[in-house]
Amino acid sequence: MSQKVLLNAKELNIILHRLACQLIENHNDFSETVLIGLQPRGTFLADRLAKLLQTNYKIKNLKLGYLDITFFRDDFRRGEKILEANSTVIDFVVENKNIVFIDDVLFTGRSIRAALTAIQSFGRPNEIELLTLIDRRFSRHLPIQPNYRGRQVDAINEEKVKVNWVENEGEDVVYLINS
Amino acid sequence: MSELSVNHLLGIKYLKKQDIQLIFETADHFKEVINRPIKKVPSLRDITIANLFFENSTRTKLSFELAEKRLSADVINFSASQSSTKKGETLIDTVNNILSMKVDMVVMRHPNPGASVFLSQHVNSSIINAGDGAHEHPTQALLDSYSIRERLGEVKGKKVVIVGDILHSRVALSNIYALQLQGAQIMVCGPKTLLPKYIDTLGVQVETNLRKALNWCDVANMLRVQNERMDMSYFPSTREYTQQYGVDKQLLNSLDKPITIMHPGPINRGVEITSDVADSDQAIILDQVQNGVAVRMAVIYLLAAKIKH
Repeated sequence: MSQKVLLNAKELNIILHRLACQLIENHNDFSETVLIGLQPRGTFLADRLAKLLQTNYKIKNLKLGYLDITFFRDDFRRGEKILEANSTVIDFVVENKNIVFIDDVLFTGRSIRAALTAIQSFGRPNEIELLTLIDRRFSRHLPIQPNYRGRQVDAINEEKVKVNWVENEGEDVVYLINS
Repeated sequence: MSELSVNHLLGIKYLKKQDIQLIFETADHFKEVINRPIKKVPSLRDITIANLFFENSTRTKLSFELAEKRLSADVINFSASQSSTKKGETLIDTVNNILSMKVDMVVMRHPNPGASVFLSQHVNSSIINAGDGAHEHPTQALLDSYSIRERLGEVKGKKVVIVGDILHSRVALSNIYALQLQGAQIMVCGPKTLLPKYIDTLGVQVETNLRKALNWCDVANMLRVQNERMDMSYFPSTREYTQQYGVDKQLLNSLDKPITIMHPGPINRGVEITSDVADSDQAIILDQVQNGVAVRMAVIYLLAAKIKH
């Protein structure tokens, strides 16, 4: 197994600031916008972006939630591993809001498809956008593209993109792993 | 652990502690799901479940059906009173006929103890026991423990007394197994005639004085007197039973500490508990019913995950 660094902590930090600014550009004071981190790995990115928006860019009353898509996935009973659920925390109304889904890596697009279905259980949003830190080009199974992307990567199927966060793994870094 | 150690839910006796833990963690997620504006997830859209009720049931049947529908499974219902079992068909023939219609899972209630175990040995489908005679009622025990965990934080170390008709109760036996697996202390309390002979072998404390039992416990699970299963008289009169083993508000208020009151339903108001107890803040009877749907969703989901695609 070999791994190479796609983004180091400094590059990651610059990208996070850029993504935060792009969000502000489109969503102004976030009064009609909610951020939804997709479980399990999108929540770290969502937390980080929310913190940046609140502390560095003084966005007040930012609404942040987490959405678990386990029960909406299309691969139940199709893999070796049983799907384990995570918590959904959405303690605000999504009806008529602009939602930004946040996930770390966009690969086949199937998770996003599941998230689009799952969010309907909470109401009818006005609009849904997608923000992803890493966009794996040429690997999509569905017609889904991000509105905001940190870095676009050409990775072959055997390769894996792993995003590590200080809060969880003790370092901010993105690896391309060849197994 | 992310999968159950069993392919059927035949009784708590066959489960491990980790299985119960996994069911509860999964039920936590489903409890959140059933409190959403849209309470349905599409996980089991390619699964068909048959509910076979060879004995009457209201809440268990409704709870299972709702759990199945909220998981998007296709559901067929069967009740023995309107079926060909009356014409002499055997249990295996009945079930095999239903399974030949491509059913993946069977939820069965049957008056004979061991019916679901017997069925699991003879048919090729995932079986959930929804009560077999006076033997086991595993999903009721799971939702009872889940409700204790929800109210008191954890089950381990808690003192639980099961009061009433232990002899005819499948809820009692499943609860004893489930609570023991999770490290609770258990006492049974009732008239000697309604305590089974083998009760000492289960490792539970026995008490015939209700006040002593209630003063000892954190949780009292009040069982219904099952007149329909009684082939003889086990106590002189309902009035006398209520005087000795009924809980009223006055008795509750006179205890050393507040306790939690549970009841698997249906309640005979004024017999095992009075209305003011059943409707008080100390009672978690309706929480049990709500948790029943989440726990059954978890059980069905985790068993369905083990059915080969």
